[in-house]
Amino acid sequence: MKQKIITKLLTGMAGLGIALGAATAYATPESDRQELIKYYTTKYPNVKVEDYVYGALAFDADSKSQYDAIMEFPPYLGEIDKGRKMWETPLKSGKTYAQCVPNGGENIAGNYPMFDEAKGKVVTLDNVINDCRVANGEAAYKIDDAKTMGLLMSYLRTLSDGMLSNVKVEGPKATAAYEDGKNSFYSRKGQLNFACASCHVQNGGNRLRSELISPAIGHTVHWPVFRGGDKLFTLQKRYQGCLKSVRAVSPPADSVTLNNLEYFHSAMSNGLPLKASVFRK
Amino acid sequence: MNALRRNVLKSAAGAGTVAVAVAAGLLKPTMALASAPRSAYDAKNVGDVLKNMGATAPVDSKDITIKAPDIAENGAVVPVEVTSGIAGTSSIAIIAEKNASPLAADFDLMGGAQGFISTRIKMGQTSLIRAVVKAGGKTYTAAKEVKVTIGGCGG
Amino acid sequence: MAEPMRIRATMAGDVADVKVLMNHIMETGVRKDSKTGQLIPAHYITDVNASVNGVKVLDGSLSGGVSKNPYLGFKVKGPKAGDKVVVNWVDNKGDKNTAEATIG
Repeated sequence: MKQKIITKLLTGMAGLGIALGAATAYATPESDRQELIKYYTTKYPNVKVEDYVYGALAFDADSKSQYDAIMEFPPYLGEIDKGRKMWETPLKSGKTYAQCVPNGGENIAGNYPMFDEAKGKVVTLDNVINDCRVANGEAAYKIDDAKTMGLLMSYLRTLSDGMLSNVKVEGPKATAAYEDGKNSFYSRKGQLNFACASCHVQNGGNRLRSELISPAIGHTVHWPVFRGGDKLFTLQKRYQGCLKSVRAVSPPADSVTLNNLEYFHSAMSNGLPLKASVFRK
Repeated sequence: MNALRRNVLKSAAGAGTVAVAVAAGLLKPTMALASAPRSAYDAKNVGDVLKNMGATAPVDSKDITIKAPDIAENGAVVPVEVTSGIAGTSSIAIIAEKNASPLAADFDLMGGAQGFISTRIKMGQTSLIRAVVKAGGKTYTAAKEVKVTIGGCGG
Repeated sequence: MAEPMRIRATMAGDVADVKVLMNHIMETGVRKDSKTGQLIPAHYITDVNASVNGVKVLDGSLSGGVSKNPYLGFKVKGPKAGDKVVVNWVDNKGDKNTAEATIG
């Protein structure tokens, strides 16, 4: 079963000249990432690697200019403030979130998702916050609720602005989770039978009707986004939207599948700086 | 570009009240309304907006720069910046010609305020964004087209 | 009770560059509630003004055509660092808000 999947993947990606590491002994997350960067810098020699954090905006000056104008004074600052108030409010036990997480919450987001050996699975920063809540007398937040977890993270993640993505994949269990995420990213799904890679690797920088497709590098460092400067979207909500767009049934937020996908996906943006709570169309 | 002239001619044919009042000497051009009255905001087409603003026959001016996108990322929040290099600029109005209520905002400037306004407006569809500037008792205008599309893989 | 306005005012050469972010829903009055089908009542800022050291510099009208959480940027020649900018707004329901900032 595993060999079949690997062969399918290789056949699919061979045309791109990307050596998918799944079947070789030389593969590492870092070499996978370097392959993607090499693919993109060859395809688009005029786009700087550090500009990939802007996604599709790196390919269109008119869009980037609007992003810059809105980011000058984002309309959703009041929402982030709500998140800040949540962050600063002590939990039932009297402890604060800052006491639960490393470094008071500053410059930590780039380390997530992380493989938790004790739990035997990938954990996101959202999971860490919920663990903190439960350990201190509060109910866990519904992880995809924009009004609770969403707002809190829209603030918390800004405390890591500028931090370089630093997702680590060490040990056999972590590697298996990473490979599962990579598998999800590169395998075709849905009625439209597209893989994430069909658009975001093969066609990053190209147009799909009126939309410019963002490349996979730089994808994971700029969340949450405020679409239209107003509606809060998390990365996993975007996964669900994309899956729906290819007419696939999406697993829920915080599922093993989506967490493993985010694990792989984030490792592909290692070395790029985070910036949370940004404007998107 | 000639849409404005067409609209102005249309309303002039109906003898706009302000034009008649000006001709009769009842309403001096410089008195023609400081900040645009609410009636201008209720107007449903550019011609009526201009009429209610008292901005009859504005002159096209290259000294008005409109910074706005070619294609709006999101019609709910379109950044628009108007810079007027015309000496004595005393007001700037921003009109989205195809909006149901075209007049979006207008600003009287005084006390050292420069001919510059930056804001974000809503656009319902591709349209000319028109700036109407009052300076030295005269009215000037410029326009830029902004396209509004329906997104694709929004998700 | 509206959330506070944010004002950033800095000197750029001999011109004070003022940026204001207002907190307001700016409901046009022509949108329909997707669940009830009823029109959502208009609720937007109608008037905004600004002064520097007590002298009015801007007197504007807004409409539902201005984006939610309105942004306003303007420039004033004459003020210097340390001068005070005050911005006021009123909406169609009579709600008001005022904020001030020192030009940096």
